[in-house]
Order: sequence, then structure tokens, then C-alpha cells
Amino acid sequence: MLYRETGDFKSSYAADQQTFPIRSERYLFWGAMVIAFLVVPFFINDYWEKSVLVPLLVWSMAALGLNILTGYCGQVSLGTGGFMAVGAYACYKLMTAFPDLNIFIVVILSGGVTAFVGMLFGLPSLRIKGFYLAVATLAAQFFLVWLFNKVPWFYNYSASGQITAPERTIFGIAVTGASAPPWATYLFCLTLVFLFAWIARNLTRGTLGRSWMAIRDMDIAAEIIGVQPLKAKISAFAVSSFYIGVAGALYFSVWLGAVEPTEAFGINVSFLVLFMVIIGGLGSILGSFLGAAFLTLMPVLLKNVMVGGLGWPTDLAAHFEIMLVGGLIVFFLIVEPHGLAQLWRLAKEKLRLWPFPY
Amino acid sequence: MKLSKLAMVTVAAAMVGGTPALADLVFPSLSYRTGPYAAGGIPFADGYADYFTLLNERDGGINGVEARVLECETGYNTQKGVECYESTKGEGSLLYQPLSTGITYQLIPKATADGIPVHSMGYGRTSAANGKIFSHVFNYPGTYWDAASIIVNHILDENGGDVKGKKIALVYHNSAYGKEPIRTLEELAKKHGYELTLIPVDHPGQEQKSQWLQIRRERPDYVLMWGWGVMNQVAIKEAANIRFPMENFIGVWWSASENDVLPAGEGANGYKAVTFHGVGSDFPVFDDIKKHVVDTGKAAGAGDQIGTVLYNRGLYAAMLAAEAARTAQALHNTKDLTPAQMRDGMEALKIDAARLEELGLPGFGPEINVSCENHGGPGLGAIQQWNASDGTWTLINDFGPADRAVIDPLIMEDSLAFAKENNIPERCN
Repeated sequence: MLYRETGDFKSSYAADQQTFPIRSERYLFWGAMVIAFLVVPFFINDYWEKSVLVPLLVWSMAALGLNILTGYCGQVSLGTGGFMAVGAYACYKLMTAFPDLNIFIVVILSGGVTAFVGMLFGLPSLRIKGFYLAVATLAAQFFLVWLFNKVPWFYNYSASGQITAPERTIFGIAVTGASAPPWATYLFCLTLVFLFAWIARNLTRGTLGRSWMAIRDMDIAAEIIGVQPLKAKISAFAVSSFYIGVAGALYFSVWLGAVEPTEAFGINVSFLVLFMVIIGGLGSILGSFLGAAFLTLMPVLLKNVMVGGLGWPTDLAAHFEIMLVGGLIVFFLIVEPHGLAQLWRLAKEKLRLWPFPY
Repeated sequence: MKLSKLAMVTVAAAMVGGTPALADLVFPSLSYRTGPYAAGGIPFADGYADYFTLLNERDGGINGVEARVLECETGYNTQKGVECYESTKGEGSLLYQPLSTGITYQLIPKATADGIPVHSMGYGRTSAANGKIFSHVFNYPGTYWDAASIIVNHILDENGGDVKGKKIALVYHNSAYGKEPIRTLEELAKKHGYELTLIPVDHPGQEQKSQWLQIRRERPDYVLMWGWGVMNQVAIKEAANIRFPMENFIGVWWSASENDVLPAGEGANGYKAVTFHGVGSDFPVFDDIKKHVVDTGKAAGAGDQIGTVLYNRGLYAAMLAAEAARTAQALHNTKDLTPAQMRDGMEALKIDAARLEELGLPGFGPEINVSCENHGGPGLGAIQQWNASDGTWTLINDFGPADRAVIDPLIMEDSLAFAKENNIPERCN
């Protein structure tokens, strides 16, 4: 009824192959975007910005990046935290070295620096696969965090090793620093995430994305039909690291404003993003968003219900929240091993057939 | 058991039901009763909550206005800390005690922009002691740099004022917190001519074999420690294992609780640490806590932490906050405070020996005199020593000063660099 192909005729290949071929889904998407861009900024406050929406966008960006590498190209990576750190420190160094450079450009350049570092650490992927590659990327994680903690140049020789984001503006409005209005930081992150999700979606549908998927599905067969493993794997590492670097830059400059490497970019960050990708759905753009939403919003929601709503002691609520989130992860993985994105896909299939399923 | 506790709590919550009185003084407590550092977080949070409960029960609040402690669990995690800050600041929160270096660094710019004072008591950013630059951040009664200098002073005392050629090693948590004292210790090394070895321990510090092997090889005369959580216990156990003389092993005030020394048993006997407040429960205020808080069943947490080092620190933090609120009430001639008024109260806070006596805490801490320029307090500290057979800490000297000639220029340098990076004009002119 709501979700039908009937009557939705296509007269060109472009129309037939668009991302949302069904009209109602297209409307749903654009409706959501209109709300996100034009309605939310008028209602957002500090709490929603710093605890809900900006974290959601930053983690979505990181999950998108990892999904390109792990979901589309099949290369398992545990180096996400380290690559986010590269993005954050590149952002910090660029911000302090070139105070007049626009923050938008700084963030993009930080992504570029991370892409380069990611390519270097992606080189071993040509020789090693699977668990062994995971261990090699784990080395990247520990090495990078150690490096940023060890070499004072990266944190401008400050006494504590913390890096703090100075205030930077776009069109005269602060987007980093403490006095940035919530709507500005939100819109800044949303614009970047929207833009790069769009690019990711189209990359994965084109030649490059197809070569990644060919490598993922069977690398020898892909090589035989003419996909260059070097090009495919290194490009996957580069693109993925670019996204993760942008996420790291936003994480540091817009969301937190001050970080120290061991706490903010530890191995737990790598696992968190990997869980987001697995729970959301490997090889799915929507899945990256769903996974990020599940793992960032659920704890905040549970905390507000248990402490704010029911008045439980905070420690009991914190322990219960850990158990509940863990339980839900197990539940979803048992019910739908392909992630939340697959649930959405199934729901759409059912809707198409409704009310006459066969 | 979990279920029955849960059910009880739900019933209790349902019974209490109604919201607390609106006109009250809100003191958020960003506690961490869970996670790897919970052993340190629980006593502090209990002490902080119990003191306010005592004021409410015994005196009916602060000058008749009830204090409300708003607890929020951070798990010592910076992101959760930010979430806690954002979710509680709208409730009229007067003062934040971030209780973690990471969260402090987050809150310094945020709280300053929101006009809410932050009290990072003996932690956080040392150079925030310069009130000319940091308008809303206070770290009285002492900073890490004071602590480092007081420890070196103690070593100087023990060696008749001459430590030339002595070797001092610093075992530190490899994070912003652990790195804080390095600059000061390096400066002091130049001045006094000792040799400084830096030995970092990565979070969480459960494995320190290589660090203590290095200590065994290099045989330093003294080992200083900037540790937190499980790292402290492991370090003290390792030191006992290599038979390092415990009286030459001196920790900062966060490496100085019962949790840290008890696991090493007899081996920890003689371990020293610097402190900025008194130890034990031999103060009149504890009788009041027993009568008004514990016996009425209103103690926070399990109520089994009373008199431990970190409980006392939480209590002391709450006392300073309450006194600052009192000062603010007098200053602005009002009973209900805004965060801005609370900030003024903190900046005008004066606590002398007579006031401590009145509060039932005679000699518990040094005299405090906060001013517009100096948010770091007197910077006095004493050395406490562990007696393993009695299971008690004792202060072995008086609250003594740090080497201001070394520390003040460092504070100036670091705070001015921060001001320059962030375009902050100087105040107090």
C-alpha cells in the first residue's frame, strides 16, 4: 500500500538505477533530510547536540569508513581508533599551524592525511588475509596511539599531552570551541556526513565498488577476471581511512574539543566501530547509520529511562545498561546475522508483497 | 540477589515518588561507581554525598537551603562525563567536580562559556591556578606541581638539603594526568642536581614487570609515583617484590588510598604519599556523620568507606563546596544561588584553622585563601605514611609549602600559552 512499485514507471536507465527506485522510499528519504537540515537546527539544544546528534553523526562517519573496508572489500581492520587519531592530530596540527585556513578544508585535509597513512598500513593486506590482517591493523592501532603519546611535536609540546581545539568559524559562525552554537556544529557535521554518505553510496555502485566486492567475494577469481588486487585493496584502504580520518577530525574538533590519545582513541574505539558495522550490516550504507545509532543512542536512552525515569541508583543503572546492551547485541545477531540493514530490507520485501504474501 | 535488590529499589523509587523541593542548592556529582577505577570512585562519591546529607539532616541545609546532590555515572569515561555535564547543567547546577583529568579538560572551556565554576581539587590542569586566565576553574588547595615539589622537599629534608647526584625515578600513568609533574621535576632537577628517570606505564597498568626490572637495574634512590587505579596496587606489589625500600617510594595523593597498599600486605609497610588533607576518622565531624547519616540509614553507597583516604577527600571537597556556597550567600546577600554567584563565593573563599575547628575538622587541612589571581590555593602538603600492621595512615610532618620560585613561573608560562592559543584576555587588573 505504502511501498509499491505499481504505477511507478521508469523511462530511462538513470531513473531505473537510482538509489531509491521506489517513489515512496524516495519521499521518505527526502522527508528525513528536510527534517534533519531544516527542522532539527531550530530545536537542537546543548544536550541533544553533545550527547546525541553529533556523536551519532561522528560515529556514522567512522562506521561508513570501516564498512567500506570491511563490509565492501572484506579486509578486517582493528585499526580504526588509530586512524581516527591520525585524523584528529592532523586536524590539530593544521588548525594550529594555519589559523586562517577554513575548518572545512582542514577537516578534508585531515582525511587526506589519514588516507595516506591508511594506504601505508594497507600494504600488508596484499600478502596477508583474514585474522592475520586483523593483527597487522591492530599493530597500527597501538603504534599510532603510542606515537601521538610519545612525540611531543604532535601535541605542540604541551605539558600534559592533551590537544585542545581552538575556535574556528565558517561564515563568521563558530563551529569548534566552547562557544559554538549547537545548531552550527550539528549542521557542519550533518553536511559532511550527508556529502560523504552520498559519495560512498555512489562509489560502491561504480567500478571501484564492484572491484572491492569482487575481491571480498573471492580474490583469486577477481584477479583472474582482471581486477587488480593492489589497486582494489589499496584504494579501499585509502577511501576507508579518509572517512575514518574525517570522523576523527570531527570527533576531536567539533564534538569533544580536547582529547588525549590513550583514552579517546584506544582499542575500545576500534571495537566499537567494528561492532557498529557488524550490527548495522556489513556492506550496507544504511547499516552504518543503523549500527551507529544502535550503539550510541541505546546507552543514552537506557540511562535516561533508568536514572531519570525510574530513579535508580546510578551504579546499578550503569551495570544494568551494560548487560542490556550486550544482551541486545546477542539477540540481534541471533535473530538477524546480517545486521539491522537486513531487517529493513526484509521489511521492505514484505511490504511489497503485502497483503498477499506467497 | 540482584533481582531482589532491583525490586527493592524499584519499590523504593515508587514510594519516594515526588520530586524534591525546588529551591535547593544543586551539587552535581560526576561519580564513577563502575568501571576499572570504581574502587577509587566509590569512596569519593560516598564522602561527597554524605557530607551534604549531614548538612541537610543536622542543620537543615546550608543557611537553611537544602543541598541536593545530583549523581551522574561517568565510569571515568570522558564522553560519558560530557553527557553528564550537558544533562545536569540545566538543573541549576552550581559547581562541577569533574573527577578525571580528561573530563576536566573538556569542561574547562565549556563550563567557562556556560558560566559554571569547576573545582578540580588537586587534579586537572595545573596552570588553571592562574585565576587571571582561568576565570571559572579552581584547583585549590594544591596542584600536581605543588605535590611534586613537596615530595622533593621531603627528600631534601631527609638528605640534609643535598640531593646532588641522587637518582630519582618517576613511575607515571602514561596520560595527561601522569605527565603533569614531569616539567616541575625537570626544573627541580636542574636546581637541586638530582638525576631524573622517567618510566611510563600504559593504561591500565596491570603489567609492570619491565618497568620494575628497569628500576632494579638502575637502582634509583627514590621512586615517585603518579598512578591511579589498579596501577598503584601493582606498582606497590612489584616494589615489594624487588625489595625496594618502601620509605623511599613516594606517591602522589591519588596513589595514596587503602586500596593501593592493602593488596601488598606487610610488604607495603612504610610506603609514603603526599596529601593535602588529614587522614583517619578521628575528627568530631565523623561522630555527627555516624549519628545523622549512618545511623539513620541515609549513608550513600554501602556505607562501608567512612574514614578511608578517598572518602575523606570527597568529604573535604563537599566541605569546601559548602563553605564556598556559604561565602557566596553572604557576599550576595541571598539564599538561593546562581552559578555566577557561586563562582564569586569560590573566589572569595577563606578557611582558617578556627573555621575548620567549628566544622568539626580541626587541623584537617591547611588554611585556604582564594583570590582573583590565585585559584590554586596555598599549595601546602604533608607526607603520609602507611603502617601495614595497624592498617592506618599517619601524617609524618606538617603541611609544608612547595617551591614557589620554581612553580609560579611554570604556571605563568603554561597559562599564558593557553591564553594566547584561545585569545583570552587577562582578568583581575
